[in-house]
Amino acid sequence: MSTVVDTPDVTLAGLRPPTRAAVTAFGALLRRDLAVLRKSLPVFIMRTVMQPALFVFVFTYVFPKIGQGVGGPGGSEAAFATLIVPGVVAIACIFQGVQAVALPLVQEFGYTREIEDRVMAPLPVWGVAVQKIVSAALQGLLAAAIVFPLAAIIPTTSVHLDVHWPVLLTVAPLATLLGAAFGLTMGTRVQPHQVPLMFSVVIIPITFLGATYYPWARLSPIPWLKVVVLVNPLVYMSEGLRAALTPQFPHMNLVAIYGALIAYTGLLTWAGINGFQRRVLT
Amino acid sequence: MTGEPTAVIRTEALTKVYPGDILAVDALDLEVNEGEIFGLLGPNGAGKTTTVGMLTTRVIPTRGKAIVGGIDVWAHPSLAKQVIGVVSQTNTLDRGLTVRENLFFHGLYFGMSSSEAQKAADEALERFRLADRASADTNALSGGMAQRLMVARSILHRPRILFLDEPSAGLDPQSRLALWEILGELHEAGETILLTTHYMEEADRLCDRVAIMDRGRILALDTPAELKRTVGADTIVKISAEGDLDALAIHLEGLDGAMRVQVVDSVVRVHLRGSQGVLPRVVARAEAGGFTVTDLSVTEPTLEAVFINLTGKDLRE
Repeated sequence: MSTVVDTPDVTLAGLRPPTRAAVTAFGALLRRDLAVLRKSLPVFIMRTVMQPALFVFVFTYVFPKIGQGVGGPGGSEAAFATLIVPGVVAIACIFQGVQAVALPLVQEFGYTREIEDRVMAPLPVWGVAVQKIVSAALQGLLAAAIVFPLAAIIPTTSVHLDVHWPVLLTVAPLATLLGAAFGLTMGTRVQPHQVPLMFSVVIIPITFLGATYYPWARLSPIPWLKVVVLVNPLVYMSEGLRAALTPQFPHMNLVAIYGALIAYTGLLTWAGINGFQRRVLT
Repeated sequence: MTGEPTAVIRTEALTKVYPGDILAVDALDLEVNEGEIFGLLGPNGAGKTTTVGMLTTRVIPTRGKAIVGGIDVWAHPSLAKQVIGVVSQTNTLDRGLTVRENLFFHGLYFGMSSSEAQKAADEALERFRLADRASADTNALSGGMAQRLMVARSILHRPRILFLDEPSAGLDPQSRLALWEILGELHEAGETILLTTHYMEEADRLCDRVAIMDRGRILALDTPAELKRTVGADTIVKISAEGDLDALAIHLEGLDGAMRVQVVDSVVRVHLRGSQGVLPRVVARAEAGGFTVTDLSVTEPTLEAVFINLTGKDLRE
């Protein structure tokens, strides 16, 4: 005879309670990602460092040396070197979301199907998606920690940071979570052949118009742009980090920053989980 | 164990309609008993993979119930995952990990401690003859080795039921035999196995019972021997000839002992009782009717013959 378990008494069947099994599996999946990261650490560092290091090098080392002005009428070269630190860190966070989640997922769904075994682990499918976000957010924090000193060391002029720890310790995790959720959303919606398009149509505009190389407040002379960029989640990541690292520059109201960061993280997490489930279940 | 066999897989009117009104599985009622190797045999598109998908938490049923190990799969999918192991059609090995790590982390996903997972991984590597490849990249494995690793991984957490979707598709004959041997050992150890295949030989050799599936429905379900008996003939002669094959088929119906004559895939198939001197009689009869026989072969009834009897078409179509 076979009895169907409606409210399963799991111990009877020699099974582990679903919640406990799911928590264990979640931890094991994180451990798996950590093992893969440890193996590919040199690659991780290279992909994390290259873009911001070059950016900081050209704009805050080469330009001052060759006498080409940057920073605009509102600020000196020294100010510019300080000004872009938060933006460079914010870009590192969103790039990590793309590189740690979006690109691998596009491959796994498109060709390799290797996510299969992780999806069959004893946790809900949304749990696997959330694990992806958490794992990428942790990698984002690591990336930010690597990029941050670069932006402070490379420039010819000294960088003046005035760290507001409570803001930094809350904004940085939120920003990396947002970057990771963005990555999950992209990774579950983009087909392999659309990856180049994703970069040129989504990622490049986001980084250039993300209040990264200028404070959002300074866009006032171009009112329409100042409004349009508000749809860009990177704006709030940059502004939040600006409030945390270089509060001497104008930055958005903290309530708006936290509100938008939380709202975007929630929205993109929902969209990412939704996309993930649609790719995994038919 | 005594008494009635325990059904560890059960479906009740299980149905899947894909978008575009494509009926993939049509009100399937199925019971697979504990310790059985059960085969779903059918051509591509018969609904085998969709059925396995609905039993393994991946394809959401449109209607009906799927129950594995007493657990309603769609009421408690995460719990159901604890009792099943799955080997899918494609290579789904984790390419970021080595061969041993694929097993080790699978153990961790299913709640083993590090030391338990290490031990289980090492035992599996020995048992599946992969020990010398333990540190290899999974990309470096041959198709047969990758398949062995996938089977090893799928049973590492000791699931009650193992699902294999087209396990020998794409394997060379030697690897296929090795796989059959492994499945035989698992069967002896009491594992319940459900596999899908479109190789009649695989179904015939491995399975205790076979369900012949086409267009989302089960057409026949029994032991391979019983299914073959339903063909009712001792011998099947396949004839290739020049000219009008339908006319040849009608002509051969008059042959002594002929029970059934069909044209399938440009070959005339004659089901006959008795096997003595069959070939000369067939050739003589064909030539007497003015047909030129170009090729001729004799087989015993196979599951393919059962399928053709049921559907009028070839398994490979």
